[in-house]
Amino acid sequence: MTRAERIRALGLLAPAYLWLTVAVFLPLSAMAFFSLLTEVPFGEREWSFTIANYTEVFGNPVYATLLWKSLKLGFWVTFWCLVLGFPCAWILARMLKGRSREVLFLLVILPFWSNALVRIFSWAIVLRGNGVLDRAVNAVLPWDVNINLMFSEPAIIIGLVHSYLPYVILTTYLSLQAIDETLIEAARSLGARWPRILWRLVLPLALPGLIAGAVLVFVPVVGSFMEPRLLGGRFGTTYGTLIEDQFVAVFNWPLGAALSFILLAVVLVILAAASPALRKAAT
Amino acid sequence: MTEVRVEGLTKAYGPAKALDEVTLTFPDGGFFGLLGPSGSGKTTLLRAIAGFVTPDTGRIWLGDQAVERVPVEDREIGMVFQSYALFPNMTVAENVAFGLEVRRIPGPDRTRRVVEALDLVQLGGYGGRKPSELSGGQRQRVAMARAIVTRPRVLLLDEPLSALDRALRVDMQIELKRIQREVGITTIFVTHDQEEALTLSDRIGILRDGRLVREGTPRAVYDDPQDAFTARFLGEANVLTGLPEAGGLRLADGTLLPGVTTPAIALRPEALAFAVPPPDTPHRLQARLAQRIFSGATGTLVLDWQGQRLKLTASERDLLDLPAEGSPLWLHWPAAAALALRDAG
Ligand SMILES: Nc1ncnc2c1ncn2[C@@H]1O[C@H](COP(=O)(O)OP(=O)(O)OP(=O)(O)O)[C@@H](O)[C@H]1O
Ligand SMILES: [Mg+2]
Repeated sequence: MTRAERIRALGLLAPAYLWLTVAVFLPLSAMAFFSLLTEVPFGEREWSFTIANYTEVFGNPVYATLLWKSLKLGFWVTFWCLVLGFPCAWILARMLKGRSREVLFLLVILPFWSNALVRIFSWAIVLRGNGVLDRAVNAVLPWDVNINLMFSEPAIIIGLVHSYLPYVILTTYLSLQAIDETLIEAARSLGARWPRILWRLVLPLALPGLIAGAVLVFVPVVGSFMEPRLLGGRFGTTYGTLIEDQFVAVFNWPLGAALSFILLAVVLVILAAASPALRKAAT
Repeated sequence: MTEVRVEGLTKAYGPAKALDEVTLTFPDGGFFGLLGPSGSGKTTLLRAIAGFVTPDTGRIWLGDQAVERVPVEDREIGMVFQSYALFPNMTVAENVAFGLEVRRIPGPDRTRRVVEALDLVQLGGYGGRKPSELSGGQRQRVAMARAIVTRPRVLLLDEPLSALDRALRVDMQIELKRIQREVGITTIFVTHDQEEALTLSDRIGILRDGRLVREGTPRAVYDDPQDAFTARFLGEANVLTGLPEAGGLRLADGTLLPGVTTPAIALRPEALAFAVPPPDTPHRLQARLAQRIFSGATGTLVLDWQGQRLKLTASERDLLDLPAEGSPLWLHWPAAAALALRDAG
C-alpha cells in the first residue's frame, strides 16, 4: 500500500474503531477496573486496589460448581437448539415456497419481538402443575399423569431454547439456502439416498451455519439469569444469577465484575480450544 | 451394455407440452446428440430418462428394464451437469469415490477404481485437491470421472461444455469423445451448439417444441434435412421457395429450377459459387452483392435476392476478384447441391 492509500484505509476504518472503543473497549475497561477494587468508587466509603475478588472466586468451590452448571446448561440448550433448529431451517429453506415460507419465518422471528418477561411467564403458565401442558396431556391420555415441570432444570432449558432457537434457525437457513439443488441431484444420480445425502453432503455444507448458530446461543446462555431465575426457582441458581445478584441485590460490583471477567475468559478459552476443529469444519 | 429407448413420452407443464409423443432409440454404446432451440424440451427429455422428471405418459427402457416407476437412485445412471455439481466439501478423489461408497465397494477396490477413473480423464495426481482448486476444464473431467466410475447403464450430459471458453471447449470435445469410446457407455448429450453435436455424435436427434423433428446420423441429417427448420437449425441454409411446376420449381423472379419437385430447396452457403458473366447452367440466380465479411480462413458474401438475404461462404482465396458492393452477381450450384425440402419453414 502506498502512503496515501494507507491514510485512506485508516479514514475508512476509523468509524469502526471508534465504535469498538466506545461499545466494547470502554465498558470492558471499566469492568476490569471495578473488578480490582475493594469497594464501588461512587459512595462515601474508602476504596483501594486488590485482587481479593479473584482469589475469593478461585478459593470458594461454590463458584466453580455454579460455573460448571451454567456451562452444562449452555451445552444442553445449544444441543437442543441445533437438533430442533436444523429441521426447521431445512423446511424453511428447501420445502416451502412463497406465502407459507413467509408465515413460518414470521413464527420463527416472533420470540425476538416478544418481551422476554411475557415469554417466560407464558412458559410458566404452560409448564406448571395443572397448567396448559398438564391438562392437555391428561385430556389425551386415558390414565392420570401429573406433569409439573415448573421450577426444574427442564423448564429452564425449554425457556432458553425457545428464546435462542431463532438464531440457529436463521444461521442454518442461510447456509442451507446456499446449497445448490444440482448437488443433491448429482448425489441421487449416483445412487445416494436421503440419509447419506444428509450426512455426507447437506450437514457438512450446513456446518458453518450450525456453528455460527451454536456460538450465538452458547455464549449468552452460559451467562443467562432471567430464565433460570423465573423458570428454575430453587434450581435456578446459576452463574448468571450469581453475577446479577452482585449487581442488583447485594451491590458487590467488584465481585460481580470479577465473576463476569472469569466467565468471559472461560468462554473465550472454550471457543479458542474449539476453533481449530470449527475452522476445519467450516471450510 | 444398454440400449435406451423412449416411447410416446409426453410431459405437459400446464397447457404447454415440454415433451410431445417422443419416440426415440439411443443405440447401445453410441454417442447420441440431442439438439434443439431453447425450450424445445432437451433437458426435460434427459431428466425424464434420469428420473428427475416423471412423464405424463410413455415408456422409458434402459436395456430391457422399463424404468418409469424406478426412482433415480436405482436407475444406475451417470449424469454430468452444466455446473459440474461437484461436492465442494469433498476432495476430487472423494467426489469420484462417492458412487462407489454408495454401492459399498470395499476400500482397496474403491481406491483402484478411483485411480483408474482419474487416470482416464488425465487427472492422475489431482485426487487430493478440492474442487475449488481446479480450473473449469479440470472440474469437467472430475465430473466425467465421477459419472463413469460406477459403470452406469447410460451417461447423461446436459450441456456439459457450455460453461467453458471456446478453445477449451474444442479440447474437451475431443476428450469427451475419447473417454466415451474407451468406456463404451451409451451416452446422451444435450447441446445448443450444432457444430459440437455434429463433431461428437454418432447419431443426432432434433427437437422442436417438444416434438422429435428428425433423427439420424449427422451426415444424413445434414445432407438431407428434409424440412426448412432442420436445414436452418443444423448448419446454415439459404431456403428458396416457389411454385412447383411440371418442369421444376418456379421462383419469385421467374427462374425455373429444373428437376425440383418440392415447394422449397435449401442451398448450403458453401455449395454456392459466384460468377459475373451468366454461368452456363439452369441452376443459377441473379442477385446483388450486399456485403463481404472477412472472418479468417473463410469469407462470407451476403447477397440480396428479391429482398431475401442469401449467404455464400468460400475460402478467402476464392473471394479475391469481387465486383464492388451493390453490383449484380450470378450465383450457381451443382444440381445435387439443391436439398429438397417438403416445407418452406
Ligand atoms: N419445472 C418446470 N415447470 C414448468 N415448465 C417447465 C419446467 N421445466 C421445463 N419447463 C418448460 O418446458 C419447456 C422445455 O424446457 P427444457 O428445459 O426441456 O428446454 P431445453 O430444450 O432444455 O432448453 P434450453 O436449451 O434453454 O436448456 C420449456 O418451455 C420450459 O419453460
Ligand atoms: Mg436445457
